[in-house]
Amino acid sequence: MVELIPIATLKDVNVKRRSKTILGTINHDLESAGFTIVLGPNGAGKTTLLNVLHGVERLSNGSVNWASRDHAAREEQAFVFQRPIMLRRTVRQNLAYPLQLLGRDKRHIAASVVDWAQRAGLTSVLDHPAPRLSGGEKQKLALARALIRQPKVLFLDEPCANLDGRSTREIETVLREVSAAGTSVIMTTHNLGQARRLASDVVFLLNGQIHETNLAQDIFNAPKSPEAKAFFKGDIVE
Amino acid sequence: MNEIWAGLLAAFHLIVTLDGDLVEITLRSLQVSLSALAIASVLALPFGTWLAIRRFRFRRATIATLNALMGLPPVVVGLIVYLLLSRSGPFGVLGLLFTPTAMIIAQVIIITPLIASITHQAMRELWAEYHDLLISLNTNNRQRVLTLIWDGRRALLTGALAGFGRAIGEVGAIMIVGGNIDNATRVLTTAIALETGKGDFALALGLGFVLIALALLVNFAIHALSRTERHGTW
Amino acid sequence: MIRTLAFFLCLISTSAHSESMKLAVTTSFHNSGLSDVLLPALLEETGLEVQLLVVGTGQALRLGRAGDVDAILVHSRADEDTFVTKGFAPYRREIMYNDFVFIGPRSDPAGITKAAGIAEVLSHIFTSQALFVSRGDDSGTHKKERELWQLAALDTEAFGAWYKAVGSGMGASLNIASALNAYILTDRASWLNFGNKSDLKLLFSGDAELFNQYAYLPINPDQNPHVNADASDILEKWLTSARAANLINAYKINGEALFVFNASK
Repeated sequence: MVELIPIATLKDVNVKRRSKTILGTINHDLESAGFTIVLGPNGAGKTTLLNVLHGVERLSNGSVNWASRDHAAREEQAFVFQRPIMLRRTVRQNLAYPLQLLGRDKRHIAASVVDWAQRAGLTSVLDHPAPRLSGGEKQKLALARALIRQPKVLFLDEPCANLDGRSTREIETVLREVSAAGTSVIMTTHNLGQARRLASDVVFLLNGQIHETNLAQDIFNAPKSPEAKAFFKGDIVE
Repeated sequence: MNEIWAGLLAAFHLIVTLDGDLVEITLRSLQVSLSALAIASVLALPFGTWLAIRRFRFRRATIATLNALMGLPPVVVGLIVYLLLSRSGPFGVLGLLFTPTAMIIAQVIIITPLIASITHQAMRELWAEYHDLLISLNTNNRQRVLTLIWDGRRALLTGALAGFGRAIGEVGAIMIVGGNIDNATRVLTTAIALETGKGDFALALGLGFVLIALALLVNFAIHALSRTERHGTW
Repeated sequence: MIRTLAFFLCLISTSAHSESMKLAVTTSFHNSGLSDVLLPALLEETGLEVQLLVVGTGQALRLGRAGDVDAILVHSRADEDTFVTKGFAPYRREIMYNDFVFIGPRSDPAGITKAAGIAEVLSHIFTSQALFVSRGDDSGTHKKERELWQLAALDTEAFGAWYKAVGSGMGASLNIASALNAYILTDRASWLNFGNKSDLKLLFSGDAELFNQYAYLPINPDQNPHVNADASDILEKWLTSARAANLINAYKINGEALFVFNASK
C-alpha cells in the first residue's frame, strides 16, 4: 500500500488575470506519494497552480489550506523556477545565501555548501560567478540552493524545459534521491516521458482544471478521463 | 589664454610648496563633502532601495517628488537652512550657523535626493531580476534591502560619486550657511568665489584646478579600491 | 537617536576659540585688505579672535538683526540710524572714513575728468549714455550712488540699457565693469586692491559728496542675549584706540593711504 501524504486542500480556488480564468474553479485535496507530477500541455495552468501552492500568486477566489502545519510555512518549502534566478555572486555564495538568511553559523554553512555542491556536481565551479554558468549548471545550482535548507516540500516548475539531455538526467537523479529521502516533490512538466520516469502519482491539468489524479501506474495504464486519454495518445499539444 | 596658463602655474606652485592655506581649505573641503556624502548615503541608499521594493499608495508621487528634488537650487537650500539655523530661527539654540556642520547639513539636503534617485533606478532593475527568488526564500524587507544594496553596489557607488561631485563643487549654499570665514568655514569653492571677487583670476583658477584634481583623485581612489575585490564583470 | 546625532554633529563641527566673536563687514571694507592688518594685531593685543563674515550691507544688517553675528561694520548712514532706532544696536560708533571714486575707461568717452563737480560727472555720463555699472544691491555703495543721481536731478528708473544694475558685491561689480569697460562708482580702498583693472582708470574724486563713513554697531544684547557682548565691547575699544588709529592711518596700497581714522573717545 502506497503511503499518501496529505499536502494541501484547495477550496473554490480560482485565479483570474484580466478577467480571463487561468485556473479554476478547483476543489481538491492534494496528496503526494512522494513524487507528484503535475502533467498537462502548455498553457494548462501548471505554473499558476504551483505558484498558488507556494503562495507567490494571489488567489482571485477560494483558499489553500495546508494539511500539516509543518510544511505550511514557506521556510519548509522550496521552489525551483523554470528559468533559474542567479544572485550576482559566486556559486558558493549563492548556495550559502538561504542558510545565511536563516542565521546559521559559518562553519555549518561552509560544510553544507561543499556537500551540496558535490551532490549537484558543481564542485569545480564553486568560485565562478553564477551568472556565467551554463544553463544546466545554473539549474543544478538552483536545485542545490533549494535543497540546502532541507525543505519538506520541493516545488519545481518545468526545471528541465530548457536543458540538454545530460543535465536533465543529472537533475532527475538528484530529485529521485531527494524524494526517496523523504522530501515531497511536486513538479510540473509537459514531457510525458519524464513524467513516466519520475512520477509516483500524477495530477493531470488541462485548461485550468484538474481532470484526473491517480497513482502513476494506474493513470498511465488506464486513464479514466477522455482528456487524459487524448493527451497520452498525443492528441493534445496545447 | 594667458589667464589660464597663469592659473595652471598658480595651481602648480600652490601644490608643490604645500601652501598652508591651500592645505587647510582643501582638507576642510574634503571634511565637509565626504561627511555629507557619508550621511547622505546612509539615508539615501536604504530609502532608494526600499522605494524600489515596496508598493504603497503614494509610490508614484514619491518617486516623482524625489526626482524633482534633484533639481533643488543649492542656493535656495542654503537660504532655508540659514533661516532654520539662525539665532532667530527654530534651531538657533544649537549654535550651528557658520560652522562646517551647517555646511554639511546643507550639502546633505542637496545630494540625498540625487543619490536616492539613482539608487532607486538601479535597485528597481535588480529587484525585477531577484523578485521571485527573494519572495520564494521568504525574505523580509530588511533582508531584501541589504541583499539588493550589496549585489547592486557597483551602481550605487556610481550614484554616491555623483553625489560627491555635486557636493565638492557646490558654493551657493555653503557660502550662506558657512559664511566663508577665514580659518573656520572657508573651502575651495568659496575661496575661489572670494578670489574671483577680488579680481585675482590667476589664484582663483589655480584653486579651481586644485579642486578638479581633487575630485579626480577621489574618483580614481574609490574605483581603484572597489576594483580589488572584483572578480567578474559585475 | 537624537543624542547620537547631536554627538556626531559636535564631533564634526569646529571647536570654538577661547574668546571669539563674529563680525559682519561689507565687501567694500573687506576688499581693501585692511582686515588682514587689523585682525592679527587685535588678536595679539587682546587675545580676541574675530571671525569675519563678508557680505553685502543688506545681509550684514539682516544678520545683525537676527543675532547671528555679534557686531557689524557698515557704511550706510541712513540704514544704521534706522537700525539703532529699532533697537537692534544701542548706538553707532564712527571708526574711519575714506572716499568714493569714479572709475571708467581710460579713454573717458563721457569726459568726466574735467567735470567741475559731482552733478556734472553724472550728467556727462547720462548724456553720453556711456556704459555704467551699478551695484544694484541696496548696499551702502549703492545707496550713495542713488543719492548722487538724485543730486544731479536724474531718475535712474528712466535710464536705458547703458545703465547696468548687476545686484552684486563690490568685487563682482568691478569685474563686470572691467569686462564691459564701463564706468562705476566704488570706494577707493576696493579699487586700489582690485586685481583686474584691465583698461579702467580712476577718473574723478575729491567732491565732498563722496565722503564714505564706516561705523561700528554692536548688536543689542537685550534683544539677543546670546551675543558675545563682552567681546564686541573689547573689539570696539580696540578699534577706537590709538594703536588702531595708527594702523588704519598708516595702511597704504602703492603708497596711497586708504582710510582716515575719525573715531571720537
